[in-house]
Amino acid sequence: MLSLGATQFKLLEKLCNAMSVSGDEGEVRRIVLEEAKPYADEIKVDALGSVLVRKKGLTASSHKKPLKVLLDAHMDEVGFMIVNDDENGFYNFETVGGIDPRHLVGKQVIVGRDHIPGVIGAKPIHLTTVDERKNTISTDAMRIDLGPEGKAKVGDRATFATKFKRVGPSIMSKSIDDRIGVAILIELLKHAPKNIELCLSFSVQEEVGLRGAKVAAHYFEPDLAIAVDSTPARDLPDYEGNENITYNTKLGEGPAIYLANSSTIDDPRLVRFLEETAIKENIQFQFRQPGGGGTNAGAIQRSRAGVPVVSVSVPHRYTHSPVSVSRISDWKNTLNLLHMALKNMTADLLNR
Amino acid sequence: MTDILPFLKSIISVSGLSGYETPVANLIEEKWTPLVDEISRSRLGSIHGLKKGSVSGKAPRPSVLIAAHMDAIGLMVTRIVDGFIYVTNIGGVDSRVLPGTPVMVHATKSGESLYGVVAMPPANLLPEGQSSGAVALKYLMIDTGLTASEVSKRVHNGDRVSFNTEPVEMSGGCVSGHTLDNRASIAALTICLEELKSKTHAWDVWALASIQEEVTFAGAYTSLNQLRPTIAVALDVTFGKGTGANDYQAFPIGKGVTLGIGPSIHPFLHKRFKEVAEKVEIPVKSEAMPEHSSTDADAMQLTAEGIPTMVLSIPQRYMHTPVELVALKDIQRAGRLLAEFVASLEADFINQIAWD
Repeated sequence: MLSLGATQFKLLEKLCNAMSVSGDEGEVRRIVLEEAKPYADEIKVDALGSVLVRKKGLTASSHKKPLKVLLDAHMDEVGFMIVNDDENGFYNFETVGGIDPRHLVGKQVIVGRDHIPGVIGAKPIHLTTVDERKNTISTDAMRIDLGPEGKAKVGDRATFATKFKRVGPSIMSKSIDDRIGVAILIELLKHAPKNIELCLSFSVQEEVGLRGAKVAAHYFEPDLAIAVDSTPARDLPDYEGNENITYNTKLGEGPAIYLANSSTIDDPRLVRFLEETAIKENIQFQFRQPGGGGTNAGAIQRSRAGVPVVSVSVPHRYTHSPVSVSRISDWKNTLNLLHMALKNMTADLLNR
Repeated sequence: MTDILPFLKSIISVSGLSGYETPVANLIEEKWTPLVDEISRSRLGSIHGLKKGSVSGKAPRPSVLIAAHMDAIGLMVTRIVDGFIYVTNIGGVDSRVLPGTPVMVHATKSGESLYGVVAMPPANLLPEGQSSGAVALKYLMIDTGLTASEVSKRVHNGDRVSFNTEPVEMSGGCVSGHTLDNRASIAALTICLEELKSKTHAWDVWALASIQEEVTFAGAYTSLNQLRPTIAVALDVTFGKGTGANDYQAFPIGKGVTLGIGPSIHPFLHKRFKEVAEKVEIPVKSEAMPEHSSTDADAMQLTAEGIPTMVLSIPQRYMHTPVELVALKDIQRAGRLLAEFVASLEADFINQIAWD
């Protein structure tokens, strides 16, 4: 069993605190390149900015090529772009990726490559009416305030300023989606099994339409692929005390294996194989409730002549918000499920 | 002038919600002790610092009291379901600023401070009709990252929950964080006391860090009754121009402090403040307060047989949100103006206070 120690926590913290809004993933890319380089047989940054890594398997006595397996995790996060200078340190912004504007008022942000501190302010409650307080404030009415002498440029990216925290059995941070996937891929590279050719795409622009993974899959032309992501858990209590039957996933119940979502029907052979591996290796897992949402698996599946895909996610609560919450045990179990799955993979898997 | 920023940061990094001011009170008392002649706590927990004046003689010295409330708005635990903590408000909280806000749960069963975040439940877990628009406070909950049993071992109904945004230095000499209402004024009052070390002042000066302004003015009422100053000044924050507040009710930040005008304020004190400000070239604006000042002044003027009061305010953006924002320059100005005002008080000033 692979374990999570100070090294792994430190790396995840560094990844989560970095700013890497879709289309401007440089900070995370630099961390990935530095971490992956010593272990890669091939490493490159592609035309869109994704980091592509190859770790060759052993071609034993048989002349059959080892199975080529692609694992994908996206480097980008949802955030903001500065779209207009509204003077005196106030800036209009638009969201990049799906952000509920109700998560924005009263939040600290960081802007641009120098992480300039800013805030998204709100009208004092004293000046509001009861009716006004029932309405959502639209992003049009919000500004990022950098202080009276603050300077940003149109096109600068911004994100939530909240910092990574480890709390009891949990981690609490922005951008767990999908830095936790990035951290898992790096760890798997360090412990890459020899029976397969391991291809990794640390992809860009997932949050704005699965773009990086589409071209990465074309480049690698894998035999099969797994999208490693983080999925919302809506496992909170129902206000009226009814049973919550629309939880999607639950924290603390292990890696979420996908069956189907808006972007893909997951390959049943791969779903079954992951389930069998988890049971055999005694690793806790759960099936994600089939439903909406999408991962890079959707883009990879329809690459070239088609790729069998499955998604596996670490659940998190409060998606695309300043602070998401995940369980450390789910992170560890996801890492180990994938590690054991890769180790046990043979070409027979696709001949079922 | 000493650098007030480290002290200001320290007092906006601790809690001190209305009724539970001790964490911040301890820091203030430590800071004020060397600056005053006597210091004590009231029966309800307000801090009374006394700096004696120079008038000698048989009659008791006249005294000016400067009040800055030290309590903060926040949240209180109402119930716990499966480890998720439901809350109500202490003071005025617009629930729209809460989803995604980092908070600190002050867990009384274990004595720990637990990091948490305000969770906005997805629409499918809310009653019908609540799926869009702002989610009301009663539906929001706090997630501490701990399991249900870990939470129930630590947290009790009635435990306080404070905002947990970290202080940030911003451009233009500004600071942002939670509870700058009214810790900015505590900082200004501290500057005033520091300035008075090198000034002669005839009158006694009471520095009051009051409790529970955000809910009932309980600190102002009781301390004024106990101390019976000759005149009193409430030092607070006012609306700063910024997102959502751009009309006459809001004042530009970094451009000076405001002097209240209205029934809570004695016109003669307003006049003296204005004269002093002009003399020492501190920019001030008049702030209209047609009925209430909504500061400790409203309580102070009604103490005993009545006390002439004044309101001095520091403009602040985004009041009662986790990202309040003030200019340090204005804090310095408020502190200096207060010190100059105190020093300007002649021994017989009280006899000059007259109605038109």
